[in-house]
Amino acid sequence: MRVSLFITCFNDTIFPQTGQAVVRLLERLGHTVDFPMEQTCCGQMHFNTGYQREAIPLVRRFVEVFRDSEVVVSPSASCVGMIRDLYPRAAELAEDEELANAVAAITPRVYELSEFLIHKLGIEDVGAYYPHRVTYHPTCHSLRMLKIGDLPLRLLRAVRGIDLVELPRSQECCGFGGTFAVKNADTSMAMLGDKVRCVMDTRAEYCSAADNSCLMHIGGALHRQRAGVATIHLAEILASTEEDPR
Amino acid sequence: MSYEPIPTKPATRFEESAKLALANTQLRRNMGKATQTIRAKRASVVEELPDWQELREAGRAIKERTLRHLGTYLEQLEASVERVGGRVHWARDAAEARRIITEIATSHGAREVVKIKSLTTDEIALNESLLEHGIEPFETDLAELIIQLAGERSSHILVPAIHKNRSEIRELFMKRLGAKSLTDEPKALAAVARAHLRRKFLEAKVAVSGANFAVAESGTVCIVESEGNGRMCLTLPKVLISVMGLEKMIPTWQDFEVFMQLLPRSSTGERMNPYTSFWTGVTPGDGPSEFHLVLLDNGRTRVLADPIGRQTLNCIRCSACLNICPVYERTGGHAYNSVYPGPIGAILTPQLAGVENAASLPYASSLCGACYEVCPVKINIPEVLIHLRGEVVRQKQDQNKNSSWPDPEGLAMKFLAHTFGDPARFERFQKLGRFGQRFLMRGGYINHLPGPLQGWTATRDVYPVAKQTFREWWRTRS
Repeated sequence: MRVSLFITCFNDTIFPQTGQAVVRLLERLGHTVDFPMEQTCCGQMHFNTGYQREAIPLVRRFVEVFRDSEVVVSPSASCVGMIRDLYPRAAELAEDEELANAVAAITPRVYELSEFLIHKLGIEDVGAYYPHRVTYHPTCHSLRMLKIGDLPLRLLRAVRGIDLVELPRSQECCGFGGTFAVKNADTSMAMLGDKVRCVMDTRAEYCSAADNSCLMHIGGALHRQRAGVATIHLAEILASTEEDPR
Repeated sequence: MSYEPIPTKPATRFEESAKLALANTQLRRNMGKATQTIRAKRASVVEELPDWQELREAGRAIKERTLRHLGTYLEQLEASVERVGGRVHWARDAAEARRIITEIATSHGAREVVKIKSLTTDEIALNESLLEHGIEPFETDLAELIIQLAGERSSHILVPAIHKNRSEIRELFMKRLGAKSLTDEPKALAAVARAHLRRKFLEAKVAVSGANFAVAESGTVCIVESEGNGRMCLTLPKVLISVMGLEKMIPTWQDFEVFMQLLPRSSTGERMNPYTSFWTGVTPGDGPSEFHLVLLDNGRTRVLADPIGRQTLNCIRCSACLNICPVYERTGGHAYNSVYPGPIGAILTPQLAGVENAASLPYASSLCGACYEVCPVKINIPEVLIHLRGEVVRQKQDQNKNSSWPDPEGLAMKFLAHTFGDPARFERFQKLGRFGQRFLMRGGYINHLPGPLQGWTATRDVYPVAKQTFREWWRTRS
């Protein structure tokens, strides 16, 4: 299958290793990956902060860039949630029927990585090897927007050598929430403090998730505290093999 | 003295009040314990019902249908209530509702009224108005009594004193009710309150209540409660005044089947609540001899006109969204500076009072979506929050058009939108970031950001722009 990668602005700029892992993984599974260089940002930050007029050109860009893609795969549950749930709303705001149709045409072909692996490809065991103690934080948008449930956990359970430990109070928000973490920094910190405590209680070496934005939030605090726990995107664990361990 | 349509303190922003609340360790402990207990209780009783999702959908559908034909049903309700000997009053806003209620109480020479816990009466600031007219209101719900004695505002829709623990309540009762040698056993505390309230139930000529539901076809009003104080207020005083938001109406008795399963499970985590009172007009020789129903608009028809916002009117005030909310759990209700706190308050108050009067509330959420998941009438709270944020920004942008003072957030957002508008510009921005960050880097991370972004670096390090971005790497491959 020919897969178009939507890397997201965030991963492109700060976490290229996640995108590289997606490419390694999908190529290992026998698929062709292309990366349309015209892509930038899905517009979620603008839309969710209330700058909805400003987000509309970004919606148009996404739809235009990926118009001819067979499937679009992204290592971000949150950005896929934006596309699936809020692009129709953005098209409505733009009062642009053509855009609404283009959105409706593309959204069924846009997948978050674990959805793509399990629902589209039907694979749970991707042949990964990761000999570390890992806990998994199911991000809010993966749980409650995309409703991908335990898909990432099913992928992780099939990883050889992994010591997967359950995260207490896992379904609670880490307090990131995009601009929420800046606008309501104090409340965000209080939420993050509890999340970090739960992560530490697992004695894991790594905290994983299907979104680097939440991981940047949790990881930023773990690093500040010199906690000895790192964060790692799900894709990077799945890309690691016995021949090529990361 | 003039009142705002909804008591809000627009000058106090959520983030400012939250900062104070978050530092209160006793509050944090009380709130954490209470919300987590009730959350678990709710989850276990909801799990028992195999058709919970169908019930939610039914609740949503009934509310939607009712709202679509609200005018018809309201007129039917009015006719039904008058047919069974009640009187219906229409109140456009809070001031009109207060005037109607005060006039009825005054006409009976009442110096005191007993009250059943009611958010709607808080919304219209009824107690303050009654006091001004020389009528003393007595709250009879235990938690509401605690709040009234403490001179505070409620911090929760259902459990107004959720922020207080029993030793705090013991001290309050000793001070305000003259109780001596009181322990902090719940039973002992309840006994003191009961002795105080019994006298009031027997003395008061007038009772004021809200309404959980009213049935259009029969004119029956319903109150759902746990303590029996409601039953006392509804049966003992001679005159009963119920004030109800327009949206609380349901068309038929059959609709109770759905809401009586949804409400107790969602609110107190019980299969059934202890007291459910229904009354239909007046019955000679039994209960009040005069019944008034005040139908309150106070912004509701404006909410109804908004296709995205109108689902807010589905709300049955169960408070499941408060109990599950990770923000509310930590800040408590007072931080919202609004009669309606929590996620529902964050969407209801800005719509009733106008977003300009509560502009920080739509941002008092991380959009985690837990509230939508538990809402028994399926209000998509994150959707409405985002919609209202759009409203806040549009208003701000319109105002700033004529201002020479630039809005830093607006400028940053415009700049980023422009940057993302073109891949070449985006790439230049990435490179610029990589160059600029060298002045902020300490050990591979950024630990201090300037200006409004310093909230982030207060407890978190920032990951830097990668040495090679993904697109740079991709180019090396092909």
